[in-house]
Amino acid sequence: MSCGCTPVRKRLENVGAVLPIVLLLGMLIVVPLIAVLAGAFSAGAGAVAATLRDGAVRDAVLLSVAAAVVAVAFNAAFGLLAGWTIAKYRFAGKALLVTLIDAPLTVSPVIVGLAVLATLGQHTPAGAWLAAHGLRVAFAPAGVALATTLVTFPYVARAVIAQMTAHGRIYEEAALGLGAGPWQTFRRVTFPLARASFLNGLLICNARALGEFGAVTVVSGNVRGLTQTIPLQIADFYDGARVPAAFALAAALAAVAVILALTARLFARRDTSTKGLSA
Amino acid sequence: MNRIVVALLAVLLAVAPAGARAAGGAITLLNVSYDPTRELYAAYNPLFAAFWKRKTGQDVTVRQSHGGSGAQARAVIEGLEADVVTLALAYDVDAVAQNSSVLARDWQRRLPDASSPYTSTIVFVVRKGNPKHIHDWSDVARSGVSVVTPNPKTSGGARWNFLAAYAYGLKRNHNDETKARTLVAQIYKNAAVLDTGARGSTISFSERQIGDVLIAWENEAFFLQRTSPREGYEIIVPSVSILAEPPVAVVDGNARKHGTEAVAQAYLQFLYSPEAQRLACREGYRPRLTAVLGTCGTRFARSDLVTIANFGGWQAAQAKFFADGGVYDQVYGR
Amino acid sequence: MTRDPIPGRVAALAATSAIVALVVVVPLAAVVWAAHGVAPARLASLLVAPRTLAAFGLTFGASAAASLLDVLLGVWAAWVLTTRTFPGRALLDAVVDMPFALPTAVTGITLATLYGPHGWIGAPLLQHGIRVAYTPLGIVLALAFVGLPFVVRTVQPVLADLPRDLADAARGLGASPLAVARRITIPLALPAIATGFALSFARTLGEYGSVVFIAGNFPGRTEIVPLLVLTHLEEYDQAGAAAIATVMLAAALGLVLAINALQRHVVRVHAGA
Repeated sequence: MSCGCTPVRKRLENVGAVLPIVLLLGMLIVVPLIAVLAGAFSAGAGAVAATLRDGAVRDAVLLSVAAAVVAVAFNAAFGLLAGWTIAKYRFAGKALLVTLIDAPLTVSPVIVGLAVLATLGQHTPAGAWLAAHGLRVAFAPAGVALATTLVTFPYVARAVIAQMTAHGRIYEEAALGLGAGPWQTFRRVTFPLARASFLNGLLICNARALGEFGAVTVVSGNVRGLTQTIPLQIADFYDGARVPAAFALAAALAAVAVILALTARLFARRDTSTKGLSA
Repeated sequence: MNRIVVALLAVLLAVAPAGARAAGGAITLLNVSYDPTRELYAAYNPLFAAFWKRKTGQDVTVRQSHGGSGAQARAVIEGLEADVVTLALAYDVDAVAQNSSVLARDWQRRLPDASSPYTSTIVFVVRKGNPKHIHDWSDVARSGVSVVTPNPKTSGGARWNFLAAYAYGLKRNHNDETKARTLVAQIYKNAAVLDTGARGSTISFSERQIGDVLIAWENEAFFLQRTSPREGYEIIVPSVSILAEPPVAVVDGNARKHGTEAVAQAYLQFLYSPEAQRLACREGYRPRLTAVLGTCGTRFARSDLVTIANFGGWQAAQAKFFADGGVYDQVYGR
Repeated sequence: MTRDPIPGRVAALAATSAIVALVVVVPLAAVVWAAHGVAPARLASLLVAPRTLAAFGLTFGASAAASLLDVLLGVWAAWVLTTRTFPGRALLDAVVDMPFALPTAVTGITLATLYGPHGWIGAPLLQHGIRVAYTPLGIVLALAFVGLPFVVRTVQPVLADLPRDLADAARGLGASPLAVARRITIPLALPAIATGFALSFARTLGEYGSVVFIAGNFPGRTEIVPLLVLTHLEEYDQAGAAAIATVMLAAALGLVLAINALQRHVVRVHAGA
């Protein structure tokens, strides 16, 4: 960097530029993280361990993991399909399709929950039909998984679409020209190029799925051991005046989510080097 | 890298079936209840399970769901398959009967005491030494007093709070509705926070140290004293309050479907037994059995109690006070 | 080129559209349909009720304010992360993702405790007469927390790719750092900044979990639209809830359209740079 100033001035300028924002973000983001930990350990490490061994917590973890698995698997498969469709073909209405895919990002989770009830609730034709065939959705684990899937729908697709669009279609055209089939082209050419973005989206989607609260609040019914997810269990502990337990579970969930996000960041960084946009 | 993807997917798929656990062979009941009863039913369920085991030899597990009374009733209407509901007010059980086909309209006549096996009332909780000298509703309405009470639109307990204050306003002002409104308007102007549920208010008052006075269920006030003994919270009994009657009902349609009618019936009837009444008393609810009330009743202070009948029943009270544009909306001023 | 050289267009498009229709269009349309039970007169009185209008004003206002704050902090953070070397830079980069990872209920409970009248930050602020929890300020704070990563992560790659020699040349010609920022960096990054703002706005507009705990939920003052929707549901007024939700939906979809238009612009500028 060529700067027409003395090293001391440059150093001072650097500190002036960096320090305030580091302090501000520390105040805004790091202090709350520390507060979660302090809250968790306010009743001692033994209490934290006891909370995490609680039977209700175990059930909540199982449901959250199951819902996240469903959401991530479905959204990952869809993300690849959507990426391929939108990046590699021309068609009318592409902007509309992308808008619809992104919609759940901005629609309030509460409204997404309402949408699940309005589509598959007990009093809707589809919901009644499913219930008659033994699959209850509203206020049942299936509804929790569905709501989670809807809320996290755009995350893999967004990342993959951006990356595949950035690469254009020359590689695919070359592969096809050399005699490869479409599936082979996707597997050998398109997917490897988009893999970093795909994994980034996958992990982000997973973190969001585990922490989903608003939509699940509406469709869950909060039955302990049946439809209670980790975030709902945290709220239940909190309302049960077991605040240290709430923070202990919150800290554990936050730790998992943070690890997922940090891993995702590694993939995202790999992908900015190829000029992809990932938000 | 491909291997990472494969391994990741394998782990995800391996975990998937763990979420789909089937219930065991024992009978399972689902009790959908309101916010402050977490502790009551956590204590009552084993008592009932032991009784049912003695009587029939069957094992019964009771699942619990807690939340704001209105939200819980909505969940049952929308398909949450509760075998029994134990809610904060009859209006919410009525709503289940009216908006779904799973509960008979005459539910309230099927069990003794209008289907309310325990009662409570509305009291004040103040900080140690009562620094703001709060003794009655007029003190809660004084300017400079910071009040914690939940939102009557979403909380059943908050509606009892509102009506208790209103009843005081009427009694002290020769049934002058305008003066009663002024009183409740001042109380809600003093509100420091309007939580969505009764338990949320308790936590705002205790954990977050907000407000000078918490308007709460009597059982919730005892709960707070029991769980925070070092804080020295004091319970203040107002001169006029309301007899809150939280009702219970078997949700026939669901119980029939699950084949749990008998055990669901027994679950609610057993609430009226001396053992269960003593338990309710220990948890801070007023028992219906006078014999039990005599043994543990000293903790329940006496005040002049009106009932919901004074307001013409819950349907009338809801329409007049809490519906869109009702008295609550008017006094809240916006 | 008259026809697509990559086969499978119809099948891929059909499958994608079918899934989007099932997962997004049908459920959201069902919400709109659920509002049809509301009589027009009641609909009008519901949507222009002071309480409803106040909730909409608060939700949009707080979201906009929070996103503006996020632009200030986020662009600064992105700029520092891409142009400066300092100890702990990787840590700062990681910290930016935390609000995104943290479950919203955890954020809500934590911020309410922290900024409450007796919290670590809330208590000293209160001594200076600044109330955060249970005021619109608290809502803005919670939303700014949630929206920040969206600005940083949108602006950061664009700043990283800006031609460095341009800025260096300007500095060499004697331009102050501020002038360089004002004349060169910000104009070039403007579409990305706008996208970041819009993404943050979109994400925070519907936010529920991190807000309800710190809002205090005073009708007409600190009650956000998602809570109003829930309140109507709990009053057994599903049609009213759906009506309010429909208005929110329309706003949300318009916003996503705008974001995508912006983003296409960014990609174009970005690719052309």
